[in-house]
Amino acid sequence: MPIQFNQSPGSSGGAGESRTGRPGLVAYLTIGDPDLDASYDIALAAIDAGADVLELGVPFSDPLADGPVIQRASERAVARGVSLTDVLAIAARLRAARPDCGLVLFSYLNPVVRFGQGAGFERFCAAAAAAGIDGVLLTDMIVEEADAYLAAMARHSLAPIFLAAPTSPDARLEKIARVSRGFVYVISRVGITGAQAALEGDAEQLVKRLRRYTDLPLAVGFGISSAEQVEQVGRFADAAVVGSALVAIIEASSREIAAEAVGRFIGGLRPVAALARS
Amino acid sequence: MGTAVDTAVLHQEDSSQGTAGGAASTPGRFGAYGGRYVPETLMAALEELEHAYALAQADPTFQARLDDLLKNYAGRPTPLYFAERMSRELGGARIYLKREDLLHTGAHKINNCIGQGLLAERMGKHRIIAETGAGQHGVATATVCALLGMECVIYMGQEDMQRQELNVYRMRLLGAEVRGVSNGQKTLKDAINEAMRDWVTNVRTTHYLLGSVLGAHPYPTMVRDFHRVIGKEARRQMLEQEGRLPSAVVACVGGGSNAIGAFYDFIADENVQLIGVEAGGRGTGLGEHAARMRGGPGGGSPGILQGTYSYVLQDDAGQISLTHSVSAGLDYPSIGPEHAMLNDAGRAEYRSATDDDALKATVALSRTEGIIPALESAHAIAEAMRIAPTMSPRDILLVNLSGRGDKDLGILTRELKLQGA
Ligand SMILES: Cc1ncc(COP(=O)(O)O)c(C=O)c1O
Repeated sequence: MPIQFNQSPGSSGGAGESRTGRPGLVAYLTIGDPDLDASYDIALAAIDAGADVLELGVPFSDPLADGPVIQRASERAVARGVSLTDVLAIAARLRAARPDCGLVLFSYLNPVVRFGQGAGFERFCAAAAAAGIDGVLLTDMIVEEADAYLAAMARHSLAPIFLAAPTSPDARLEKIARVSRGFVYVISRVGITGAQAALEGDAEQLVKRLRRYTDLPLAVGFGISSAEQVEQVGRFADAAVVGSALVAIIEASSREIAAEAVGRFIGGLRPVAALARS
Repeated sequence: MGTAVDTAVLHQEDSSQGTAGGAASTPGRFGAYGGRYVPETLMAALEELEHAYALAQADPTFQARLDDLLKNYAGRPTPLYFAERMSRELGGARIYLKREDLLHTGAHKINNCIGQGLLAERMGKHRIIAETGAGQHGVATATVCALLGMECVIYMGQEDMQRQELNVYRMRLLGAEVRGVSNGQKTLKDAINEAMRDWVTNVRTTHYLLGSVLGAHPYPTMVRDFHRVIGKEARRQMLEQEGRLPSAVVACVGGGSNAIGAFYDFIADENVQLIGVEAGGRGTGLGEHAARMRGGPGGGSPGILQGTYSYVLQDDAGQISLTHSVSAGLDYPSIGPEHAMLNDAGRAEYRSATDDDALKATVALSRTEGIIPALESAHAIAEAMRIAPTMSPRDILLVNLSGRGDKDLGILTRELKLQGA
């Protein structure tokens, strides 16, 4: 099923029957690399090339779940002084320009806690909602620690998105499915972010296990970098997340051509899948 | 003292404040601090570790093996030594040194490494990874891996590999692979990031032998428990030798493992002051020190780093700050969550000693007692030297001498030559 925000879980039919045959595409970008205006242009290009949801990565000094590509992007953006406030400003501009695109804020916890100025998540959630953010994914927030966060997210009708890992036992998957909204992010393999040549069997297994607990769309990410992999994911899940591959293109491109290069790459992720289905 | 904060910030419904008794309100929580803030991929391993640790604690065979190795391999109990000459020269409190420097491998770190090594063995995990700053935890980990026949990979910042070069050779000789980390500031925090990335990738086969009371639950509790023996022994020895308890216990605080180990069995003794000494470095601005508990501009504030909620040196946007200390083992932007609780509860007090203070204390202890302290431990000595003269000869200062200084001879030669000492 396509990713749609602000739907209660279980509000649609079985996952299988509602699948469109065209996997959704979620694009991750580290915002502020190479700079804020460039990120805005790149994000627009990604949306226009077919990304259904954008994950706006907040640069952090210590991205311990990320591989070298996103680490370097984050480091460059931190060095430029890019903050959560800047990312929210970019989100607001994107929301004004592309009202229908899904916008997910993707961050480590500390910048978000700091933004709260010692008073929890209220200020952050209010600002995120005002910027037109649909959902939030906090890399190092687990469900057991999330009560106050979930309450604030609910007050502002924001979708909390959690990660599910191949190592998560069923009891954890059940909890993750219960509190997630929008979609569940399925980690394709045990490891950090970064491209890989082939998709491991972990992802399909995990999707099957999660399906027992939720009808929410399931987006598979970590290491997806080709049209073949997107198509492969489309056979068993609702969406593919492409991250490091985009960030690597941005790193390798000059500022002037980065948006076009990202747009072209995203455009190229779709045809194989679309053809295979038609 | 750190800044006053709303400590219930992350758990609004959990308004229970930490008590000074050292008991966490929920497992893994120290007042509002601690917790588990990690990528989901690690959660199963943390739950497994918590469970395995609980079983091991209740298993007399495990405890017997641990006690045997601590005694016959590591050299426990360590002496409690009255530093008579130093006390006399300072004129004031009687200074006692808890000699963790005499342990096998030269620092308290081995207490925790033996414990976690045996635990990893029980869990059937034969690949061990660890971070190290000063190299003492890396050496202790490599040692235990050699002893138990386990594969060992140590992550160490390249800056630290240079300043603690001797320990790099020791680890390699012991059969460990030392992987240099060139990210960020190339020190302890960056080594932990890299170790966490390895763990996220190899979690099914690997145990992360974290070296201080940091990280996600159960580490801060478990590592504390393995170091509790320091304070337990010292308290008993103090009663045997002096017939009374000390006025204060003083320990240096990097992540805080030697300090919590020394403090823990004195927490209930309300008349015993607990003093943690952080790295004051070379200035008070962000980036020039590692005094996380110091409030005000350039000081620390509550935040989340590497799995736990505690005091953190950070900027207004929540980016973690650079730090500086002449001692690699104290050069870290956060502090164990139990220390954050003890600080807020007013049960322990956190002060700092500068690079200069630590270097002077190193020379002083070397020349009055013939004991060369690790630069980390020298921070505690410096604070003891500062306060002893203000105290009465009836007062007793118990200083935890967490390690020996052989590893620092390179830095000492350079720094002391500059000072003409
Ligand atoms: C001798 C010694 N003391 C103290 C420390 C600081 O660690 P902690 O605060 O965990 O005791 C280290 C760390 O490397 C050390 O080697």
